[in-house]
Amino acid sequence: MNFLRRLHAAAASGRRTVIGIPYLWLLLTFLLPFLIVARISVSDSEGEDPLGSIVSYADGLLSLKIRLANYLFIFNDELYLYTYASSIKYALITTVLCLLAGYPFAYFIARARTAARPALLMLVMLPFWTSFLLRIYAWKGILDNQGIVNHLLLRLGWIDAPLPLMHTEFSLLIGMVYAYLPFMILPLYANLAKQDLRLIEAATDLGATPWQAFWRVTVPLSRSGIIAGAMLVFIPAIGEYVIPELLGGPRTLMIGHVLWDEFFTNNDWPMASAVTVVVVLLILVPMTMFNQYQAAQAQRSKA
Amino acid sequence: MNTIAKWLGRGWLAGGYAFLYFPIAVLVAFSFNSERHGMEWRGFSLVWYGELLKDAELLAGFALSLKIAVAAASASVVLGALAAFVLDRYQRFRGRTLFAGMVNAPLVMPEVIIGVSLLLMLVSCQRLFGFPQRGSATIWLGHVLLGMAYACVVVQSRLRELNKSLEEAAMDLGCRPSQVFLLVVLPNISQALASAWLLTFTLSLDDVVLSAFLSGPGASTMPIIIFSRARLGLDPRVNAVAALTVAAVSLCVIGGSYLMARSGRRQGRE
Repeated sequence: MNFLRRLHAAAASGRRTVIGIPYLWLLLTFLLPFLIVARISVSDSEGEDPLGSIVSYADGLLSLKIRLANYLFIFNDELYLYTYASSIKYALITTVLCLLAGYPFAYFIARARTAARPALLMLVMLPFWTSFLLRIYAWKGILDNQGIVNHLLLRLGWIDAPLPLMHTEFSLLIGMVYAYLPFMILPLYANLAKQDLRLIEAATDLGATPWQAFWRVTVPLSRSGIIAGAMLVFIPAIGEYVIPELLGGPRTLMIGHVLWDEFFTNNDWPMASAVTVVVVLLILVPMTMFNQYQAAQAQRSKA
Repeated sequence: MNTIAKWLGRGWLAGGYAFLYFPIAVLVAFSFNSERHGMEWRGFSLVWYGELLKDAELLAGFALSLKIAVAAASASVVLGALAAFVLDRYQRFRGRTLFAGMVNAPLVMPEVIIGVSLLLMLVSCQRLFGFPQRGSATIWLGHVLLGMAYACVVVQSRLRELNKSLEEAAMDLGCRPSQVFLLVVLPNISQALASAWLLTFTLSLDDVVLSAFLSGPGASTMPIIIFSRARLGLDPRVNAVAALTVAAVSLCVIGGSYLMARSGRRQGRE
């Protein structure tokens, strides 16, 4: 009876249910997996059950067994360090290239005629709706030894043998910039379209050239858009798996590949977990920055 | 803007859009190529569409992808809308920061990370309880987690611009909170729900990484099959798939903008 009454009370307080359902779902499918990963990462790679308890009680002694061997291995092994470094390197280069290409892109859309803006923006987002995988695959058809560019150049007689464009840093970066460019453009556009153009007028009235006004008014004001765009590109780019797999080569190793190998090829759960934990720690800083930016954005739109 | 800037702008935009659309155009054009190896134009042909119809593996993968996408999109929209509602209406409750963080994190979190941690949870679960088997259900689980985040963003932005006085009026007229939600809020966000559904549907249909991590024997979605073929080399049948995707998306876009224009006109008349 008591239980029923309590059940009734819970149902009546709809608020708790409304919050509870998505909360519980996220705890179970998002947070719990990370805790399990963290747990497995400190267990023994060989022997011992990776799910066994880390806390044991014997002879009146409570012991907490944590193996940091996997982490020590990561930080002492050249392959892992090299892979982390190159993941960060490619993610950084991608971010910079996206910013260089995307800033003018977003700027010119934001300064286009008001009537044309929705259509121009729509054109940036439209490729999202066609398969990401197929669009990356398309670059393979373009850059491959049997691909369009090489066929064209051979036909024109400009080269005698196919240029090795595929499976290089070049093909990897083209694919990365191609895939992530819209993620840079959208937040930048949102920011630039909101800017008060009278500020530019004021700067010009005070004697600034258009170039000076751009660098000293527009760019500083768009700082939050730049940060958001950079985070949206940089964080997922670190863990990118499909693009290096299809367009990269043996020399463009990224962490996603290592993770996959540890789990599926070496079957080493603890190692795969440790690699995952280190990646999460790596992106935690930019991630927090991004969340804070979002919170600030929400605050501003409410005000 | 002076003329130089104007032409620079036009040039930059033209170059940018060319960059974004060139690969798509290539896929569509070369789906009509008769050449089997490589991307040299050998003449018009529909042979790869015929081959596609005979490709039982890919067709089965497509059917499975569709099933998962419909189920994942529906669940994502329900959960995402709930989460959006919570974030928009309940400004303070215990653990709100954690909640907001967890909703948003899958948007930027690299998919490999989500994939590997979900996978490790599932295999641990399997070891302890003998269940669940990896397969389409586990792929669905991953897609819902990702889709929910996107759905939440879409619905949240609509909720934010909703006129709250409508709800207050309904309350004043004696509606219970559940009635307010069903009769006032829901009709007002229906368009956002529809676009969230479409977005999560496409995401699920297209997803490679989560699917590859979470799939089991016999559960190969279309992107998994395409990915494994693309790794091996160029396959003209994949071009045909791409062309059909582009055709389907264009139809949806044209249809969608037609419907939107019509409803816009109707609203204008009223």
